[in-house]
Amino acid sequence: MDHFPTNWGRPRNDAYDAYGTYPIAQRPYNGPKDAFAQGIQHTQQPIVTGTSVLALKYKDGVMLAADNLASYGSLARFKDIQRLQAIGAHTVIGAGGDMSDFQYIQAMLDELIIDEFTAQDGHTLGPAEIHEYLAQVMYARRSKMNPLWNAILVGGVKDGKRFLSFVDLLGTTYSASTLATGYGAHIALPLLRTAVEGKEDILNEEEAHKILEQSMKVLYYRDARSIDKYQVATITAEGVSISETRHLETSWSFAEGIRGYGAQTQ
Amino acid sequence: MTSIGTGYDLSASTYSPDGRIFQVEYANKAVENSGTAIGLRVKDGIVLAVEKLVHSKLLVPGVNRRIQTIDRHIGLATAGLLADGRHLSNRARDEAANYRDQYRQPPPLKSVADRLGLYIQAYTLYSSVRPFGISTILGAVDKDGPALYVVEPSGVFFGYNGAAVGKGRQLAKTELEKLKLSELSTREAVIEAARIIYLVHDDAKEKDFELEITWIGDETGGLHLPVPKDLQAEAEAAAKAALETFE
Repeated sequence: MDHFPTNWGRPRNDAYDAYGTYPIAQRPYNGPKDAFAQGIQHTQQPIVTGTSVLALKYKDGVMLAADNLASYGSLARFKDIQRLQAIGAHTVIGAGGDMSDFQYIQAMLDELIIDEFTAQDGHTLGPAEIHEYLAQVMYARRSKMNPLWNAILVGGVKDGKRFLSFVDLLGTTYSASTLATGYGAHIALPLLRTAVEGKEDILNEEEAHKILEQSMKVLYYRDARSIDKYQVATITAEGVSISETRHLETSWSFAEGIRGYGAQTQ
Repeated sequence: MTSIGTGYDLSASTYSPDGRIFQVEYANKAVENSGTAIGLRVKDGIVLAVEKLVHSKLLVPGVNRRIQTIDRHIGLATAGLLADGRHLSNRARDEAANYRDQYRQPPPLKSVADRLGLYIQAYTLYSSVRPFGISTILGAVDKDGPALYVVEPSGVFFGYNGAAVGKGRQLAKTELEKLKLSELSTREAVIEAARIIYLVHDDAKEKDFELEITWIGDETGGLHLPVPKDLQAEAEAAAKAALETFE
């Protein structure tokens, strides 16, 4: 129904040209206008990106690792970016993909946590709730053809239960006792599975650290968008802690012996 | 009251000939009928305490809270109409969230008090609305340390070291003035706050009351939280003991 009397006419003269004019007069449109409709753009590709995130369950909880690099294409643009973030008292998320979208997600979840805190109803959000919320947001955004360009691992411990799950820009979710995003899903995940699966209740903190460090090292050797600085988040029944930046010790002397590439002549 | 029958008190958008807005003054009366609320700004934090009058023995204990959390670091205690207090705390939460969204940092209490003052003042301008029957004590530990404000039904707000609103505010203010607030720790302030609330409670007139105490400071990691059960019990026991010696 057109509620503007000035637009009313009998017969509807947008369909019937009573005076034989040409072209047919357009009825003025007085509905809501979006002056920027032509200018709205949706995310088509990530710009400043983070690479893999690794995670595993172990005896006392869940551990995540991610390096400190945010790349601009193939340029190692920002080398001190934290890609792990504590959300509330029981959860850590780690993100690969677009870092500005990740910052948006951090602000969104922080607001969510504050809303829950100010309710003072004795309830807190655990990793399962945060993962579900994130998954709904990610799927809603992909359905608007405007995804948040991330692959995110959500890990945590609440009420004595370990939780580890994945969600990405499409809203796809899955869980396992060890997970990896991005390049790590190809290179590190097979190693992680061998090391972790079946031993989730046996591995202690030190062993879990070792496995993650080893996997990060392999990724640094193989992944050209990675860096040798990384952080580890540990979530246990006691709470959340995110480590200082650690350095990976690597040796590249083997490169001398590589034949078949570049300028050497055997 | 001289204002009644003159016709100048029928709307908040009409001044009396001597420049007063009676509806705002009536709103203050609504505050004066409510159980006392106090706030203490001390060395390392803030303590808020409320004498919550329990009008029925059938009420579930701990229900109808009068101290609300606005942000991680901000608490709000109200005296006046309960429902107005809840509306106001919701508004304060929105303002705090909006500040965070715009400036990406925790809101300083002054900004929240300022915005809440503007909101309350708008309700003194129109004949179609009624001013808030609420005086609210806002407390926080922000980037500049502990802060305490009181926003009145007129929309004005002032900063305080110690604040009291509601029925027993006169006696409470006298007691607050005796304290060396800048030298007290939050833990000591909790004991004092409980004592003052127990002191101002008028056993003869009012039935039961519940004591609500919250704090913000180093002990809570900068969060606005109810004081732990054992400390509350300790404070109430000390308050009752002090009451014996006071009389």
